[in-house]
Amino acid sequence: MQATRYVLKGGKILGNIQSDILIANGVIENIAPTINDDSAVTVNVTGNVILPGLVDLHTHLREPGREDSETVLSASKAGAKGGFTALSAMANTSPVADTAGVVEQVFRLGQEAGLVDVFPIGAVTHGLKGEQLSEIGAMADSLARVRVFSDDGNCVFDPLVMRRALEYIKKFDGVIAQHAQEPRLTVGAQMNEGSISATLGLKGWPAIAEEAIIARDVLLADHVKSRLHICHVTTAGGVEIIRWAKARGIQVSAEVTPHHLLLTDDLATTYDPIFKVNPPLRTTADVMALREALADGTIDIVATDHAPHSSETKDCEWQEASFGMIGLETALSIVVKTMVETGLLDWAGVADRMSIAPARIGRYTQQGRNLLVGSAAHVTVIDPTKNWTVDRDLVLSKSRNTPYHGYELPGLVTHTFFGGHATVIDSQVLDKAAL
Amino acid sequence: MSVALSAEDISRALTRISHEILERNHGSAEITLLGIPTRGAHLAARIATIMTGIEGREIPYGTLDITLYRDDLRLRPPRTIMPTSIPSIGIAGRDVILIDDVLYSGRTIRAALDALGEVGRPRTVQLAVLVDRGHRELPIRADYVGKNLPTSPRQSVKVQLTEIDSIDEVVIEGEAN
Amino acid sequence: MRHLLSITDLTAADAIGILNTATELARINEGQVKKLPTLRGRTIVNLFAEDSTRTRISFEAAAKRLSADVINFSAKGSSLSKGESLKDTAQTLQAMGADAVVIRHSASGAAQRLADLEWMSGSVINAGDGTHEHPSQALLDAFTIRKHLSKGANDLAGLRIAIVGDVLHSRVARSNVLLLSLLGADVVLVAPPTLLPVGVETWPASVSYDFDAVIPNVDAIMMLRVQQERMTDLFFPNAREYSRYFGLNSERMSAMATHAIVMHPGPMNRGLEISADVADSARSVIVEQVTNGVNIRMAILYVLLAGGPLEVGSN
Repeated sequence: MQATRYVLKGGKILGNIQSDILIANGVIENIAPTINDDSAVTVNVTGNVILPGLVDLHTHLREPGREDSETVLSASKAGAKGGFTALSAMANTSPVADTAGVVEQVFRLGQEAGLVDVFPIGAVTHGLKGEQLSEIGAMADSLARVRVFSDDGNCVFDPLVMRRALEYIKKFDGVIAQHAQEPRLTVGAQMNEGSISATLGLKGWPAIAEEAIIARDVLLADHVKSRLHICHVTTAGGVEIIRWAKARGIQVSAEVTPHHLLLTDDLATTYDPIFKVNPPLRTTADVMALREALADGTIDIVATDHAPHSSETKDCEWQEASFGMIGLETALSIVVKTMVETGLLDWAGVADRMSIAPARIGRYTQQGRNLLVGSAAHVTVIDPTKNWTVDRDLVLSKSRNTPYHGYELPGLVTHTFFGGHATVIDSQVLDKAAL
Repeated sequence: MSVALSAEDISRALTRISHEILERNHGSAEITLLGIPTRGAHLAARIATIMTGIEGREIPYGTLDITLYRDDLRLRPPRTIMPTSIPSIGIAGRDVILIDDVLYSGRTIRAALDALGEVGRPRTVQLAVLVDRGHRELPIRADYVGKNLPTSPRQSVKVQLTEIDSIDEVVIEGEAN
Repeated sequence: MRHLLSITDLTAADAIGILNTATELARINEGQVKKLPTLRGRTIVNLFAEDSTRTRISFEAAAKRLSADVINFSAKGSSLSKGESLKDTAQTLQAMGADAVVIRHSASGAAQRLADLEWMSGSVINAGDGTHEHPSQALLDAFTIRKHLSKGANDLAGLRIAIVGDVLHSRVARSNVLLLSLLGADVVLVAPPTLLPVGVETWPASVSYDFDAVIPNVDAIMMLRVQQERMTDLFFPNAREYSRYFGLNSERMSAMATHAIVMHPGPMNRGLEISADVADSARSVIVEQVTNGVNIRMAILYVLLAGGPLEVGSN
């Protein structure tokens, strides 16, 4: 590929230092107050915020198996538009990503799309059934070099299976990303259990069902001295347990989704399944605890849990509908709205929670690097003054199940550079042919 | 706004109507009065009292709500259904006098005839109204009229009775043209 | 008012208006008039995606007495049980020109979905959605209570009513708590803790686990159906133990105030939540509830359908 040279002029790195940046040969070649380079394309980003390319540790790309709702290519486009340069493909595809063959296929599809790095996540257990370990070692040694393993969508419920998985991945410094959901306490559950579920007559999903698994697993991780990552934490109680575990030095990291930083369970009063998600939307008190935990680092990262669903699985009764919402294109703006505008995080904090920390947890060595000369040129440019309105008919994802249709959100991704190539210019995703 | 009937006028009209009903029906023996709510019901009660004064006997009277039989329900928000109470003697074979405050298009009376038909089969049905303001849309006429009031369709005729309005008065609102 | 989806759609005045309308209709129905021309030419669809013979028949009788055309669309053999979506069904009903759809569905919120998504233009009447609400049942229960206990008052102020049994899974309980409290009654929920929802403390009702302590102090006891399969879901140990603590038998009935009445929305599990002698006793108004159901449903249809389009902002 013919690599173009770019000079980003007038941007503020992490929102602070105004510098010009020269991107060439796939890396950041120079950072200086003023760079003039006649051979480079000048990109005026005056006043905009420059962040390392965003990294999502939790994405459902649906390929292979449900290409009607999303593909690696469509998710890559949506990701690039949202400022991402790396996505992590969850294992609950069809077939399940529980063999080297499937993870290599997904990895290759990501490379062919060429808009972001697609890092496959391997299933912890065969077929996500929670019984037998999948081919964890083979996936780790494959071309995809899988380091994150998760049965997301299902909880690794059997404590012995969880213990063995945590032990097994130590061999190559892997991490188990747990979907914390006690299955017996959530049979048929539809939404957060509380006053709203009581009134609506929708089966409750107690916070304890999440917290009990988090508590068990931090103790297991401590016992076997392995790395545990808690997917989509949603409850104030879960935050407390993680805070306690970190204070004890347990190797646990945690994520929160953008929607759990903003939306609450009272939205279910519409019975519109656009708000049906697993884990469910919780209360305002939980939302506030999650924001605080993300600010103080108890929760390490924001991950989208981007979950595309075709319209027929949402255009129906609540209890018949699928769980999940898309989020790649809105994640950054939701974080700006909930964390930056509230003063809880500065731009350096956003860079850490949405790029540096997720890459570190996933051991994505070329992603989530500080913007320094010599780093791989994964760069996201944001106009922090720009508000935009979400329109589900304009999303790049193949599915339209965004809960934010009609919301006006702050912070617009204007440019994304992936490995030195522009994938987004003036908020438009470039076709691969144009790269 | 102009006053078309004073309290005294109303009282005189009801007395006259009472006498006319008795005269035409050769006494009160077969008469049942049915007022159409709301104000027609009160008029029926007053006429019954006047007749009792004349005849020295109780006159059976009641109310007949016609809401469920209206043909113009869909033109307006839902109306409250008012009580229907048929005197225990019933209406079969009786001379039923329907009583209403204002006769206008005639649609209320058509609905009343339908409603009455469900209750039983009177010997005759007659109609008494306090005010006939014209503009009939159906071939219906009153047998007993308190006062004929020529009006324009743009005007409204408002009957007020002390039982609900604290005054006995009929007024015409709006300009004739 | 265009739809009746939940008791929360009603003000106290709306509810009293429906009860008063039903009172007048009851008087007419008690006479010789069996059919009123009020809804002639209107089409009402009974969309029953869940078995409920009694509610369907009650709505059907109500609609027919008002001269509406009734189309029954029931679960067995209908497309809803073959996986056709609610949306497709609604669009079919719209194409048939339904002025109102009476919907019974196993999914909570199904009626609201039907109404909100503008899949069809007619009125939607919730005849029971999952474990959410059953507003026409609550209205007929309030009607029955008012008739027996209100001494001529329009509302239920000062009355104390116990709702006993599987509150967690009961749409009848949810609608009744909202309506009876809206009309000024004190509601006490009596159930084992397993059959009360988390969050019940936010409801306009008090809670007791002790049926015997509640019985002498209430004007009406409304028993809820308890399904046998709740046992296997660990809500209570067995039917015998449930009956011992929460069943209404003649011994418990003898502790009731002399004027107090016994209610049940049906169908009853005789011998489980209510004994046969209580169900058939003089205090029982269970059969009368069924009669009142037709009058209430006529009143609902009248209020929703008889009038023309409301002006913006009214009601």
